[in-house]
Amino acid sequence: MTEAPHHATPLPPGTVAPDFELPSTPDQRVMLSDFRGQPVILVFYPEDWSPVCSDQLGLYQAVLAEFQKFGAELIAISVDSAWSHLAFAKDRNLHFPLLADFEPKGEVARAYQVYRDGAGTSERALFVIDAEGVIRWSYVSPVGVNPGADGILRALEELRGKEEAT
Amino acid sequence: MSKTQWEAVLTVPVDGERDHVQGLPTAAVTLVQYGDYECPYCGEAYPIVKEMLARMGEATRFVFRNFPISTSHPHAEHAAEAAEAADAQGRFWEMHDLLYERQRHLTDEDLHAYAEELGLDVERFDKEMAEHVHADRVHEDFMSGVRSGVNGTPTFYINGVRHDDSYEAEVLLDALETAAASAR
Repeated sequence: MTEAPHHATPLPPGTVAPDFELPSTPDQRVMLSDFRGQPVILVFYPEDWSPVCSDQLGLYQAVLAEFQKFGAELIAISVDSAWSHLAFAKDRNLHFPLLADFEPKGEVARAYQVYRDGAGTSERALFVIDAEGVIRWSYVSPVGVNPGADGILRALEELRGKEEAT
Repeated sequence: MSKTQWEAVLTVPVDGERDHVQGLPTAAVTLVQYGDYECPYCGEAYPIVKEMLARMGEATRFVFRNFPISTSHPHAEHAAEAAEAADAQGRFWEMHDLLYERQRHLTDEDLHAYAEELGLDVERFDKEMAEHVHADRVHEDFMSGVRSGVNGTPTFYINGVRHDDSYEAEVLLDALETAAASAR
């Protein structure tokens, strides 16, 4: 069997971002709509602990202050459990929410059309959602490739430009 | 298309005044590296880059920009500042090389010892390190990398375009030679 080609079509710009409620720690839950009024960067990544994921999230932690200049909230999601997330975040010094799309497995990833059936994980996908909860940018990276942060920053800049124009 | 693709190019062009450059401004090929002194992959790439530059001769110049990922590498930021502090005394590349050759030993005490070893004005070095005089410069490099699509370290750009292949000697040499040939 060859690896499934990456052909996911993530929910496109202009779509209302499906709301969700997921555990951020074993005893806390987070809803997307909690962040209404500010941009949200939604990062789907395949698994805790895998090398590319760690690089990608470590990079986002390093760029977090730049994201915050846009008033944006960064939220990462994988199918791992809240306990795995807790250990992973501690080990890698990540100070943003890692949500557990664990039960029913991958339900949120499916709603955003970035679940990989054969692999049982999500794609490596990025969404930038505006203050009204509408997707403004989406991107799926090949699973083994760290998409970096430049696309996110460009999308946030475009968002800001639009707000200033209105 | 909902899937946005973009070309990763160097958004801040090489500036001979500001950048750390090895080689001639007339070189046909400019190899830019974004690197982190504590990153083991950068350590692996370090001798390869040296070898490539020797093999390419005057055809290639090399530029190093800071990209410390402090969340993964707790000593990387100070190491980058130390190289900039050495630069303030005209000794950037010596410190750069020393940091990569001893990248498992990058505590503040180690950095101080390297400044002594290089014969720097240690008082000035220590003061600049304590006051983080060079932190802004390091951050500028870092952000220019982020905006250029640096997605890990090391990331290389050959004549302004991200090198999305491995940095194995033969692969890198091939890419440099191709760039040199097309620049002719």
